Amino acid sequence: MTSSLPTALKKTPLNAKHRSHGARMVEFGGWDMPVSYVGIVEEHLAVRRAAGLFDVSHMGEIEVAGRDALATLQWLTCNDVSKVAVGQAQYSALTTDRGTFIDDLLVYRLHDDHFLLVVNAGNIMKDFEWIASRARARGGDAAVVNSSSRYALLALQGPRSQEILQTLTGIDLAAIAYYHFAVGEVAGIRATVSRTGYTGEDGFEIFIPPALAARAWDAILAAGRDAGACPCGLGARDTLRLEAAMRLCGSDMDEDTSVLEAGLGWIVGWKKDNFVGAERLREQKASGLTRKLAAFEMKDRAIARHGHAVMNGATQIGMVTSGTQTPFLKKAIGFAMVPAEFAVVGSALDIDVRGRRASAEVVAEPFYKRPKGN
Amino acid sequence: MYPTDLRYTREHEWVRIGADGAAVGITDFAQSQLGDVVFVELPDVGREVKQGEVFGTIESVKAVSELFSPLSGQVIAINDGLSTHPEKVNDKPHETWMIRLRPSAAGEADALLDAAAYEALVKQQEGRSS
Repeated sequence: MTSSLPTALKKTPLNAKHRSHGARMVEFGGWDMPVSYVGIVEEHLAVRRAAGLFDVSHMGEIEVAGRDALATLQWLTCNDVSKVAVGQAQYSALTTDRGTFIDDLLVYRLHDDHFLLVVNAGNIMKDFEWIASRARARGGDAAVVNSSSRYALLALQGPRSQEILQTLTGIDLAAIAYYHFAVGEVAGIRATVSRTGYTGEDGFEIFIPPALAARAWDAILAAGRDAGACPCGLGARDTLRLEAAMRLCGSDMDEDTSVLEAGLGWIVGWKKDNFVGAERLREQKASGLTRKLAAFEMKDRAIARHGHAVMNGATQIGMVTSGTQTPFLKKAIGFAMVPAEFAVVGSALDIDVRGRRASAEVVAEPFYKRPKGN
Repeated sequence: MYPTDLRYTREHEWVRIGADGAAVGITDFAQSQLGDVVFVELPDVGREVKQGEVFGTIESVKAVSELFSPLSGQVIAINDGLSTHPEKVNDKPHETWMIRLRPSAAGEADALLDAAAYEALVKQQEGRSS
């Protein structure tokens, strides 16, 4: 709370807006970002009940285009990109040859031979260099461009997102299915609107030119005011995603965690041709995992946090990768990487919370699932 | 802003010394820095604490902070209501006590800050964090 801001932090086009709104700012992935405006709990609940607007312009955009763009992404990402139609998006990962995470990402198919990857803020250069160097080594026709500075990205999330955004756009939002997108205008600004998010609620992510980001931000907040929409920071984004049991790359998994260990076998395109890490993932699938990410709920009154040890007697057997008290469910929950035999629903976990043992139980995912019809 | 009948630590606790012991809580500045308080872990009644010693922890959604005792003494009461309503710390920080102590060392309170000195400290830290 007393640290001064290094001048090297990157700023989104909405930085001045956040500061003028009195947002509490923090460093995240090399960016100066709002952690909250009025309070994490209030913002979290606004998204569950009405809508919240997030500036996620720190996320990176990398474009891959050319005749061999599809083949390049089939090789470098673990999911089956051939299943993604133009106008559709897919959750996937950039994998190492050990089947572990360089990053997780969304793959948007803009045209047959043109893809947009949305990657984590702290990994933009790493991902870009990884993709570009391998595309070069493969030869073929695939241009890789880091176009992060060409996009601002807003996320409007919550059950009332569609009715709010519809007042500002001619795009028929009801016609955009989950993990699909459309191109048009929002508040008179050229935009790509995708039905995606990181909160467990219905909602949209809106790609706009950075120079017009502040105008779009104001227009959306004004349109949503009566519905109860409010600006939200990264604090609520983190508690929302965890409640929805969505993983945070860099926290729940990293270059030492395989896609299967992270519980993300569903993003592996088992039927496609070879890809980076395929061999190792197939081996792991056949022989079984030794450790796995488990969702847990605290039984004792304590909040386990990232880095806390999972114990078996005096021996550390695992580590909490995410943990918080969730504002909506009002429970202490989290993820922990534990031996596979502990990663089964009902299994008891003994967690060292700052020197005190607290018990938790492995539960089914997700912690929170939005009601049908929302 | 900061009540003049309280004494303050540089770690943002306050203490109100009265006939029924010394009540201890955290300041408005501390709660605003923490954000939504979701959990307060307090010591057992009867525990002896020293001035400056950690007597508990307070957790917001995002962060964990330690609570430092402004005075030496024995814990004679804890505020049980905080286990079900930790948000009271945010709502009324200067009225929401966490523990009551029976002070054991005379004169320790003199080393604490008065309201004016504490407010100056807060101004200085607010300047640094924004």
